[in-house]
Amino acid sequence: MDITATAETTYSPLTAAVNVLRSEYCKLRTVRSTFWALFTAVASNVGVAALLAIFVSGRLTANQKATTDVVRLTLGGLHISQVAIGVLGVLVISSEYSTGMIRATLSAVPRRRLVLAAKTAVLTAVSLVIGIASSFAAYFTFQAMRSGNSLSAALGDPGVLRAVVGGGLYLGVIGLLGLGLGAIIRAPAGAIAALLGVMFVPPLLSDLLPNSWQTAIGPYLPLNAGGQIYIASRFDPNTLAPWTGLGVFCLYAAAALAIGVFLINHRDA
Amino acid sequence: MIEAIGLTKRYGATLAVDELSFTVPPGQVTGFLGPNGAGKSTTMRLILGLDAPTAGSVTVNGKPYTGYRRPLLEVGALLEAKTVHGGRSAYNHLKWLALSNGISGSRVEQVLGQVGLRTVARKRAGGFSLGMGQRLGIAAALLGDPKVLMFDEPVNGLDPEGVLWIRNLLKSLAAEGRTVFISSHLMSEMALTADRLIIIGRGRLIADTTIEDLLQGASGNHIRVRSPEAGELARLLTAHGAGVARQGSDTLRITGTTSDAVGEIARSNGLTLRELSAHQVSLEDRYMELTNGSADYRAADGEHAPARN
Repeated sequence: MDITATAETTYSPLTAAVNVLRSEYCKLRTVRSTFWALFTAVASNVGVAALLAIFVSGRLTANQKATTDVVRLTLGGLHISQVAIGVLGVLVISSEYSTGMIRATLSAVPRRRLVLAAKTAVLTAVSLVIGIASSFAAYFTFQAMRSGNSLSAALGDPGVLRAVVGGGLYLGVIGLLGLGLGAIIRAPAGAIAALLGVMFVPPLLSDLLPNSWQTAIGPYLPLNAGGQIYIASRFDPNTLAPWTGLGVFCLYAAAALAIGVFLINHRDA
Repeated sequence: MIEAIGLTKRYGATLAVDELSFTVPPGQVTGFLGPNGAGKSTTMRLILGLDAPTAGSVTVNGKPYTGYRRPLLEVGALLEAKTVHGGRSAYNHLKWLALSNGISGSRVEQVLGQVGLRTVARKRAGGFSLGMGQRLGIAAALLGDPKVLMFDEPVNGLDPEGVLWIRNLLKSLAAEGRTVFISSHLMSEMALTADRLIIIGRGRLIADTTIEDLLQGASGNHIRVRSPEAGELARLLTAHGAGVARQGSDTLRITGTTSDAVGEIARSNGLTLRELSAHQVSLEDRYMELTNGSADYRAADGEHAPARN
């Protein structure tokens, strides 16, 4: 009794938080789904960049080249990697509910918001590192493999560096959106469906609206807003500025996480 | 020490736990007994703070479970429902648990050895048999070397060797002065392991007792006597305050006294006895008597319906 009493009192909140972080990182790297999600993200970012460089870069007309944003084209793989990272975010929490492991987690760490905060931190770190690295890998792959002197973009050109980094930031935020939805919905299938719905359904619905409404709402839809960060030059006037767009995108993720944080303390596990 | 006071949990229209108050003392194995659906698992979830009570409270060593920063050092729990991700190895499951409470990595190896899983520690837990899964759950419970251990149906689905192993483990843990709290729906199992019994039915406390006290209060305990002078013996016994019922011409069913006393009365009055036997109700019968009507899911022919978890 004395030993545990001492252990409990000398165990600072900071040590507790660091240990929970290490625990969550251990969880993340010891399941296969993490490896596959990250592998898919990297492979699609780099692979699609290579394919575009080989098959598309030489075939664009001069006019097309003038209106093409090189970074946006290069990061075409984001269409796939965003789903991989978003699903990873969902699974980080919902797989605990589906396997019953959440009971072990909350028995080990009864401070539930600390669990969710640690998951958020670990997922953000991993998805940002993988996202930014694979975004740069895609950029260099495309620039190395593109045909002739077409579609060159130097990192020093206006907006290019920001957009390449932005591809990684975009993935980081979409992972958090997945985590938030996973915390709210808890069932993996339902949460993944909700994530895909949030990503892809709003543009379809907004197409049904009158034109003036589309112009007003369109820029604020999740992917429209978030997507601006990985476009180097702004061609479409009806969009948000890159950092504003990313900020709006972050708000969606923050809202989902905030609801998740509220619910995790108010529901039975 | 676990103390529950007026613990109540309602799920919608179902009252799973109903004003339950009990104390689980240290240094003993306390059995938590009740039919399927009686509220045993719910009570354990309430103790661990996994579910919030509708009313009442429960503390572990004087503090609510959720108040501990390193709860694994305080309470080790094996829940009946699965708590392991099947894709993770046994070692990694224990590893993340250890990290979360600042428990050393060497302790992981130690408990793996203690439960006999060292050789399969790197295998995915999803491929484990029921018995191996139970051992992993017990390893997780022992990880923080806690003073309180709580096992929900630990012998469920185990082979005889596994059952024996758990029985001995529980006894040795209690002998080390720990609080051991185990739930079961099998009285026969509790009779072999438990020192004390807390019996519940439909979420309510039925008995908080020792095994001896439980049997003493059984209504079916009686002494059977056959004698050619049964009528005379019955008169004498009734005079001594025993309850006597005639069964046929020469047989008596006697309650409220001991077989020693019956034999003594017969001898001092010169009466012939042809049979004198004490009939004690089995724990199983006593348990059925107590929980009769509180089993939630019972098939029409009296067999237990499958558990609902």
